[in-house]
Amino acid sequence: MARALAPRRKLIITLAAWSVALVIFFPVLWMLLTSFKTEASAVASPPQLFTADWTFENYTEVWARSDYPRFFWNSVVIAVGSTLLGLAIAIPAAWAMAFVPGPRTKDLLMWMLSTKMMPAVAVMIPLYLLFQQMGLIDTRTGLVIALMLMNLPIIIWMLYTYFKEIPAEILEAARMDGAGMWSEIAYVLTPMALPGIASTMLLNIILAWNEAFWTIVLTTTNAAPLSAFIASFSAPQGLFYAKLSAASAMAIMPILILGWFSQKQLVRGLTFGAVK
Amino acid sequence: MATQSNRLAARVMVAPSVILLLIWMVVPLAMTLYYSFRFYRLISPERTGWVGFTNYLWFLNSPDFWLSLFNTLALVGGVLLITVVLGVLIALLIDQPVRGQGVLRILVIAPFFVMPPVAASIWENLFMHPQNGLFAAAARGLGAEPILFLEQYPLLSIIGIVSWIWLPFATLILLTALQSLSSEQLEAAEMDGAGPFARFRHVILPHLTRAITVVILIQTIFLLAIFGEIFTTTQGGPGSASTTLPYMIFKQAIVAKDIGRAAAGGIIAVILANIVAYFLMRGIGRHLDK
Amino acid sequence: MGKIELTAVRKSFGEVDVIPGIDLVIENGEFVVFVGPSGCGKSTLLRLIAGLEDTTSGTIAIDGRDATALPPARRGLAMVFQSYALYPHMTVRKNIAFPLKMAGLPEAEQAVRVERAAKVLNLTAYLDRRPGQLSGGQRQRVAIGRAIVREPAAFLFDEPLSNLDAALRVGMRQEITELHQSLKTTMIYVTHDQVEAMTMADKIVVLNAGRIEQVGSPLELYNRPKNTFVAAFIGSPKMNLIDGAEAARHGAHTIGIRPEHIDIGSGPWSGTVILSEHLGSDTFIKVNAGALGTLTLRGGGEVAAGPGETITFGPQVPKLHRFGPDGLAL
Repeated sequence: MARALAPRRKLIITLAAWSVALVIFFPVLWMLLTSFKTEASAVASPPQLFTADWTFENYTEVWARSDYPRFFWNSVVIAVGSTLLGLAIAIPAAWAMAFVPGPRTKDLLMWMLSTKMMPAVAVMIPLYLLFQQMGLIDTRTGLVIALMLMNLPIIIWMLYTYFKEIPAEILEAARMDGAGMWSEIAYVLTPMALPGIASTMLLNIILAWNEAFWTIVLTTTNAAPLSAFIASFSAPQGLFYAKLSAASAMAIMPILILGWFSQKQLVRGLTFGAVK
Repeated sequence: MATQSNRLAARVMVAPSVILLLIWMVVPLAMTLYYSFRFYRLISPERTGWVGFTNYLWFLNSPDFWLSLFNTLALVGGVLLITVVLGVLIALLIDQPVRGQGVLRILVIAPFFVMPPVAASIWENLFMHPQNGLFAAAARGLGAEPILFLEQYPLLSIIGIVSWIWLPFATLILLTALQSLSSEQLEAAEMDGAGPFARFRHVILPHLTRAITVVILIQTIFLLAIFGEIFTTTQGGPGSASTTLPYMIFKQAIVAKDIGRAAAGGIIAVILANIVAYFLMRGIGRHLDK
Repeated sequence: MGKIELTAVRKSFGEVDVIPGIDLVIENGEFVVFVGPSGCGKSTLLRLIAGLEDTTSGTIAIDGRDATALPPARRGLAMVFQSYALYPHMTVRKNIAFPLKMAGLPEAEQAVRVERAAKVLNLTAYLDRRPGQLSGGQRQRVAIGRAIVREPAAFLFDEPLSNLDAALRVGMRQEITELHQSLKTTMIYVTHDQVEAMTMADKIVVLNAGRIEQVGSPLELYNRPKNTFVAAFIGSPKMNLIDGAEAARHGAHTIGIRPEHIDIGSGPWSGTVILSEHLGSDTFIKVNAGALGTLTLRGGGEVAAGPGETITFGPQVPKLHRFGPDGLAL
């Protein structure tokens, strides 16, 4: 839909677009700027965009806390762990549904997606009690399992759509060439599906890192990731605005960066392929 | 490819996912249903049994419940309205041949990748805070009293925060759909004498219908379950002013520790979700030709 | 090796009987072409032989061994797909070596066989390229190379030339025929193009709606078609089929005469020219012959006949085919 615009109209539209974008981005920008201020200048009245006394000390002090690195590491472990676990279970399932479809495959897929649509509060209690009985409350293992299950439908769905794009004839050729099922998956399917698998990984890490229900309900102190930390300590003891901003900045930075690369995957993964 | 030897292997490969999802969803749902008919409070050691629909009646008789229902629907509806309308406008704007389109997209998309607790925290502390927030500073600059957003307008504040988070999602989806609209269609309309508004109404909007439908469907699923933002800022307060149904159930379970009641609430939430889904599918499902 | 026998092979997808029942013997070393209109089941039959689909009932025997329940990898067959189905992430060398790798051959032996196949197919210069960097014809050859290295009992070709442009098609057609002459291995070739069938086959199997209409050598099918379907399918342009009084006069329900067997200029028939196509080497004339219907005539060289003209013509009586009311030849 790109057509050349008359120079003056182009200027107006460019200004408008940039203004809107900056307004939307402003809260993030403001947080970033605040993270480099001293506490005093962070609450200065009237508020100033930039200050003379830039400092990194907010970052170093937050990181030096005994618990922040642990929360950060928990986020990493849970996001990556649930993703890898999810992939291990989802790749065979998506393979089977994409290449050996039965009469009920579509229904099965729809059912799996529908489990994602169920309100989490409806299963919160039995799962909490179950986790409690199994000693999984406030453990990273427990969260890895919970988040993996929560996102499994999306992982399976995304992999399914990527696998379906692989021409079936190539896999048949592998069969004719003597490849058994595992050889076929290892030598042909996975290399060809690698970009799709990477995209799915990316999206899932983002979703797991940002998850803010199970990470709050199923943890107390030890296994809490950054989402639980910020949520519980938002009006925090010892963390005033500048440090809160630094803590928040470090919490969102990895995902902001990953997110810039994964816009396409987001559209595909979260609209379940309905929009191309 | 669908030979017998493959079929058996396929079933084996799908089995773990199916079993896990059953355990994750069906079994707990059944248990929630079971608990909802029982008296079960963590503080009372004696867990006596069957109480029939008592837990359900508690909800139906509680004004807080109806308020939470209203809050839930207001939250979902409000966010949908804001994100879809603004999303279309912003998508149209960014789709123009402006300089630095790549960077523009990144800026506009950013809020969606900020985890909800951080997003809520930013708005709560840096903007809405009555002493140190930017809005308060602006008010004082104009000689007015700062608005106590989270105290006086808790639900609207939450709607605002959630809209900020989800606006990028809607914009991204709509932008993607816009970019699949061939310029030839618009040029044909222009040749037929259609001005910009007419082109929007008769060419662009119909093309976007499917994407808008998808946005509404997907967002509704996620918006019904909004939790982190409320937990971080108002905890459902003041009172129950910003408590949605999921949050109310959460409070019953974790704060009041009344498992029976929370379970009944959970079932009610499932019913609500199904009703919403039914109306959604009927109302706009026909736009999806999958 | 390379003898394939199909006995009462049936294939249904759900309620639909795509192949109601086929008996067929393919001798060792034959070049057999399955030909027929779209949807006639020829590709399905090929895939049944390959093992990519299970038979609903019936047996498939390869060199006397019952292969009905064997998976594709163990039938000793090789297949060249319509889209070539090359592995896009592997080099040509790795593509050709893949079946040998799956068979567990030592790397040295793999290299030897790959080099040999590459030489036969003129691929030696391309061994380290990826499929994406090759032209259509080259990809074709890689697909064939991958099949050759397996030294299979039979080659299966699934419309391999459909994706090539016309000029390339003629060249590749001849290369495949020459390959058959040098390897002498059984080849089963599926196509909808009857020209390919006629030029390449030792034996043609004409299929229609899952049934075999006729099996025979190209000339047998041309000279002695068993029914109107085969008569109309083989030969280009199609045989003229005439019903009614004229057919009755020759003692048949339907008579058929090929365009090339009609003499133009004299004869008992006449009609108005609708259009004429001048190729220089031949002229094809479409004629409205009244009660006889619309006929196609072929004249050698240049025949001057413009639209609207009336011309007379007549069939070469020995070449007239007669069919009964059921479509079978009399």
